[in-house]
Amino acid sequence: MSQTKFCRESVIMDRHEMTRALTRIAHEILERNKGCHDVGLVGIRTGGVYLAQRLKHLVSQIERTDVVLGELDITLYRDDLALRKNQPVLKKTDIPFDISGLKIILVDDVLFTGRTIRAAMDGLIDLGRPAEIQLAVLVDRGHRQLPIRANYVGKNIPTAKDENIRVFLDELGEEDRVSKLIDAERTA
Amino acid sequence: MSFKRKDLLGLASLSQEEVTLILEAAEPFKEVSGREIKKVPALRGKTVINLFFEPSTRTRTSFELAAKRLSADVVNFSPSSSSVMKGETLLDTARNIEFMQADILVLRHSSAGAAEILARNSRLSVINAGDGWHEHPTQALSDLLTIQEKKGQVRDLHVAIVGDVAHSRVARSNIHALTKMGANVRVVGPPTMIPLSLHRLGVTVYHDFDEAISGVDVVIMLRLQLERQGRSLFPSIREYARLYGLTAERMQRAAKDVLVMHPGPVNRGVEIAHDVVDGSAAVILEQVANGVAVRMGLMYLLSQRN
Repeated sequence: MSQTKFCRESVIMDRHEMTRALTRIAHEILERNKGCHDVGLVGIRTGGVYLAQRLKHLVSQIERTDVVLGELDITLYRDDLALRKNQPVLKKTDIPFDISGLKIILVDDVLFTGRTIRAAMDGLIDLGRPAEIQLAVLVDRGHRQLPIRANYVGKNIPTAKDENIRVFLDELGEEDRVSKLIDAERTA
Repeated sequence: MSFKRKDLLGLASLSQEEVTLILEAAEPFKEVSGREIKKVPALRGKTVINLFFEPSTRTRTSFELAAKRLSADVVNFSPSSSSVMKGETLLDTARNIEFMQADILVLRHSSAGAAEILARNSRLSVINAGDGWHEHPTQALSDLLTIQEKKGQVRDLHVAIVGDVAHSRVARSNIHALTKMGANVRVVGPPTMIPLSLHRLGVTVYHDFDEAISGVDVVIMLRLQLERQGRSLFPSIREYARLYGLTAERMQRAAKDVLVMHPGPVNRGVEIAHDVVDGSAAVILEQVANGVAVRMGLMYLLSQRN
């Protein structure tokens, strides 16, 4: 992705808006699940992992309790594995707790076609039988290709299908923001 | 960087980056084998054929488990029950398999180069599971992964490979793999078991085990192929065991945290003493566990090319 050049970037959410959205989601998670004693957060690699870490931190600040946290790599569950030009980089799934019986909240940065979430649900169910799977995303940009809906949304952003929405995170060496990248000129 | 090759025939021709890539691909699959449901859908709909012209239990089982845990369909061919007995050539067998729309062919054969001939003449991805005395790349990759996990890295380690190097494809693949990754390799055995030009592969040759083992970080013991004893490579098994067997006493000369490896099957009391096989330095079973992960990673990479 780093080879991709863009002419113009329009910022849709800045650092403060992101923090407020995540804080609200943390409250919503606690409200909906009446606390977090039977909740587990699972971030989808890569962006979702950092957002899940932030949610864990926020939840523990609000309720003064700890939530279990895992990381899920969905590469092996993708439905477009054979279609992709480049081999996706395989990473490790690391969920250090038994998900069976827990309410698992999948965390991702952008909800788009829904295919990533489909793959993530398959991946999760191979690891056990959660009582419930919920979905938290920072951005919902529409254009679903599967019947999937998020339970917690930071911000709904109407987009055209070919537009490019990127979530930049401090943890990945960028300044926190969500941007629409316009007039994409791909050099890759 | 991505893996561009159609086949894995040996480690001699692989770059250091390619070896690293396979080892990295293997890592996530260790977690899969530890799950309750040991299966991911990465190779769903692909067909893997195990074509083994030599007896093998662990390698064939390891390939079969690896393919099944990736959700591929696996068919095992063995020559005794196939048309090979009726005189079909190796190439014809492979062509038939190719036209049954298989994707990956795992071949073990007694002739060096058999895998390469098939790879050149078919669209199948061919994995060499041992060809004559030539190479056995997935075994060496499992060994590398094991060393890397236990020691943190392979570079600058001192590794001794002990036994019948001349007739060992495991030794040859390991020499290529280890020297490529920057290890210092010593090869130990009686002169009848060490090819004359072996030093050309960048290894140091020893005939005295006590001298060779001093200070090494890893000892890879080769299986003494007792079925070859008729070729008078050594006077007696007892003498071989005394001169080239790994005993607890001999291990004292190695580094304190030495790893003991063996590709199996082990001749207990011959090339390696009972208490060493069962001791804490032995990582023989880790090699087996890593073998499945390496084969999964490799099949994943081969199925992703195009």
